[in-house]
Amino acid sequence: MKTPRFLLPAATAGVLAISLTACGGGGGGGTTGGGSDAEANLDSRGPITYVQGKDNSNVVRPLIEKWNAAHPDEKVTFKEQTDQADQQHDDLVQNFQAKNADYDVASVDVVWTAEFAAKGWLQPLKDKMAVETDGMLEPTVEAGSYKGTLYAAPVSSDGGILYYRKDLVPEAPKTWAEMMEMCSIAKQNNMGCYSGQFKQYEGLTVNASEAINSAGGSVLDDEGKPNLNTPEAEEGLNNLVEAFKNGNIPAEAITYQEEESRRAFQEGKLLFLRNWPYVYNLATTEGSSQVKDVLGMAALPGKDGPGASSLGGHSAAISVYSDHKATALDFVKFLIEEEQQKFFATQGSLAPVFGALYEDQELVSKLPYLPVLKTSIENAVPRPVTPFYPAVTQAIQENAYAALKGEKPAKDALADMQKSIESAGAGS
Amino acid sequence: MATELGPTPVKPASGTPDVHHGPKGVGEDNRILSQGKWASWLLAPTVIALGVVIVYPIISAIVMSFQKDAGLDPVTGLFTAGGPAGIQNYVNWLGQQCAAPGGGTVACPPGTLGGQFWTATGTTFLFTVITVAFETVLGFWMAMIMARTFKGRGLVRAAVLVPWAIPTAVTAQLWLFMFDFNGIINKLFNASILWTGSEWPAKWAVIIADTWKTTPFMALLILAGLQMIPAEVYEASKVDGASAWQRFRLITLPLVKPALMVAILFRTLDALRMFDLPYILTGGANNTTTLSILVINQIRQGFNSAAALSTITFLIIFLVAFIFVRFLGANVVEQSGATGKGKK
Repeated sequence: MKTPRFLLPAATAGVLAISLTACGGGGGGGTTGGGSDAEANLDSRGPITYVQGKDNSNVVRPLIEKWNAAHPDEKVTFKEQTDQADQQHDDLVQNFQAKNADYDVASVDVVWTAEFAAKGWLQPLKDKMAVETDGMLEPTVEAGSYKGTLYAAPVSSDGGILYYRKDLVPEAPKTWAEMMEMCSIAKQNNMGCYSGQFKQYEGLTVNASEAINSAGGSVLDDEGKPNLNTPEAEEGLNNLVEAFKNGNIPAEAITYQEEESRRAFQEGKLLFLRNWPYVYNLATTEGSSQVKDVLGMAALPGKDGPGASSLGGHSAAISVYSDHKATALDFVKFLIEEEQQKFFATQGSLAPVFGALYEDQELVSKLPYLPVLKTSIENAVPRPVTPFYPAVTQAIQENAYAALKGEKPAKDALADMQKSIESAGAGS
Repeated sequence: MATELGPTPVKPASGTPDVHHGPKGVGEDNRILSQGKWASWLLAPTVIALGVVIVYPIISAIVMSFQKDAGLDPVTGLFTAGGPAGIQNYVNWLGQQCAAPGGGTVACPPGTLGGQFWTATGTTFLFTVITVAFETVLGFWMAMIMARTFKGRGLVRAAVLVPWAIPTAVTAQLWLFMFDFNGIINKLFNASILWTGSEWPAKWAVIIADTWKTTPFMALLILAGLQMIPAEVYEASKVDGASAWQRFRLITLPLVKPALMVAILFRTLDALRMFDLPYILTGGANNTTTLSILVINQIRQGFNSAAALSTITFLIIFLVAFIFVRFLGANVVEQSGATGKGKK
């Protein structure tokens, strides 16, 4: 009689643990469409939360204040995440998985859209919930869509720019071949010729996809199947491999992320640099920069004309679990209004998603790279749009890295990429 | 804590004779009984807390590891629950098998996480063996210095602890700057080594940074052991004419061995879970992916498969700990067991 009484608390704990496990096992197993969630609360209004990574240049807070002043009954609360993209991703996954109703509107990186949409976490932006995308740059809309439906409204965009030395290069190269010819100028001046970001990380996926797309290849075909065993893809990756081999890309570039490559360029060690628009501001204002007055900008070089940049940027998506979707939709529309877009550009150096704004005199005088960036984004190809993005980027990084280091020929690396991506999609 | 405290209230209760007692014993008996009841209810929150934070996650992970990862419905483009997988996740990791496009499995091609299991296991053990060996030797040396009495000893002890006090992520970032191609290390030795860009330099970079960071921990534990040795033993041996080497080999080493074994065990288990240093220094490139990095990468691609991998990692670490305690650290356990018995 006594023993059970003493064991009672322990038994309670055990039962509790087991019943919790049962719930966890079911929930963790996977997610189904969420069709009913996507139809709930469409007309409901009330306070909502906006989730985004760290607001480094203080653009989100003023906008939310402005919104709150105009909508006292539908106030937006700002939930600020860290400034690490991986952590932002994992935080969103956890909260969506838990069907958290407090994550009403979230800022979603372009490469996460397909994964979140396929999990059934994002409200399709169609019919009643439609967002007007006329006048937006085509690739940005493409990056916010999955299977032909818009799931996230493009808010800001980003594309690669070729920075070059105006003092040494008379006219920016239009093609990869032209640029490689100009490398003799770099040699005469005892400096490295070209660099992008080639460390094994997300930046390598960006650079390798750009090389493949610029040469006319593609990582995935229109149906989302890998398409890498093509002569075009091989030519693209080989361009980088060859440049490493003959020294046009300096050997140390295999350790470069964005910042290392920017520093090398600013110290006068590189003739050409592929990087994001943020470099402009630093290279023209930092005291130690040796390229202040000789900084040239152009679209990335391609096969016969401008190359295909990888697309960056963020979109705003509405959670299917939101309680106040009508307010959420209004807030998303507010974020992409012209006035807010201009504020993003001037205050936060975030590139707008509307083509017309790239010709706005006021903006161009503040951000002189806008015309070049427009060409870049117009020609941009979103990074592979697939719900298996983490596996796809892993496959690209690991194999491209091996090819750049000369461990295996470009052709074999691409064949391995193809097989890895096929395997990732074969799990069902 | 709960397991240590648990038996205490139970003992008097279970030792209590049956309720049929002389009139004197009844009140006492009830008091003890209610005391025991009270104690068990007071302990309940702790037991429940432990259950929720330890038992639940472990069971949950094991249950998950027998489930398939969500697959994509080709028609709707939505993920669907994977269903039960049996031991397939474990078979896939151990055999380095990946899903094949037409169904079934194939050997994992390069570029998949599945193809990295055994190399990651090898890398993890390589890091563990080399870093723990370095840390033991250096830590011992540092402890011997710190154990002496000299002016400024407090300052030296504090200084030695600095690397241990810095968060690992910060340490990794510091070393990343130093190992940069244009960084201080290449400048100092007038070399042009791609520290994070080629296989062995990358491995050495991780080993050097880890040794720098955790040697103080080793030194501290060994120092504690050294200070347990009474000075008289040394004096006596000196009188007997033992040389410095003899004193070290025949007195210091055997007497410090229990503390040393515990220090090595701690560090080994710690090194087997190494994550932040290689993750920040190399991102896992150049064969520096450890098992922990593999688990984290896999979580982004599929929870259930990651649960299987973390269970495997758990078993590997458990096995190593078991071998240590059973064979290498046998002395430690026996000694503490013996003293425990002696007290009884």
